[in-house]
Amino acid sequence: MSTSENKMWTARLRNAWQRNLPVDKLLPDDQPAYVASWIYVFGVATIAALGVIIASGIVLAFQGPAWYHTSDIGKFTNSMHFWSVQMFFAFMVIHLWGKFWMAAWRGNRVRTWMTGAVTFVVSIATAFTGYLIQTNFDSQWISFEAKDGFNSVGVGAWFTVTNLGQMLLLHVAFLPLILGVITFIHVLMVRRRGVVPPIDALPFDMEVRK
Amino acid sequence: MTGWLASFLNHPATYLKWGWFQISISNLIVILIMLVLFAAAILIKFPKERE
Repeated sequence: MSTSENKMWTARLRNAWQRNLPVDKLLPDDQPAYVASWIYVFGVATIAALGVIIASGIVLAFQGPAWYHTSDIGKFTNSMHFWSVQMFFAFMVIHLWGKFWMAAWRGNRVRTWMTGAVTFVVSIATAFTGYLIQTNFDSQWISFEAKDGFNSVGVGAWFTVTNLGQMLLLHVAFLPLILGVITFIHVLMVRRRGVVPPIDALPFDMEVRK
Repeated sequence: MTGWLASFLNHPATYLKWGWFQISISNLIVILIMLVLFAAAILIKFPKERE
């Protein structure tokens, strides 16, 4: 490789990618034996729930509130969006419990842990803005209670929970984008470092199984 | 089914209180289900693939 190629950002990015995340790590077809446990299922269950959230959210955005507040199929899609969020949080918290009790930041996995923690916080903000844009008495109650909290910490003028337009745009554009990007990085980190072994894992457990 | 569900949901939540701590029964049920799922995920054996 010539010196000029080394200076190109494309070449440097490609080399760094191949060094850190070769394609057999990115798309593996085998895993260590210890991964054959139900507790390792909840991460991907969280991503599956996120997929349903995004898909139903896109349908809701295209059809609009006049559809999802009145028609049967609209109400069904709206409910699916809501209940997949409930499942998303339940799976994510069980995933968090599992990873916390096996100290999943071991083995140079601090960034995996940190991106997971940030995803959790951004998810709460995304769900919160979702509750605020229901345009019913529930959302009115939540926003009027929350505005006092946000005003008391001095961010009320910047993050105005009673501003339906701001909350709607944050919920459907900004926050899902942030959530999607951090989740993507989180999954790449898992692929790069591998799935964390149990604390008492033996060398036998580390053997891969197809 | 939906009529029963609507009548079941269409009232203020029932809360349990212990001093400063309070929780709605519905939230408590969700948390208990999550704890049961967590315990089950650790205790129940993962099915082995057929050789």
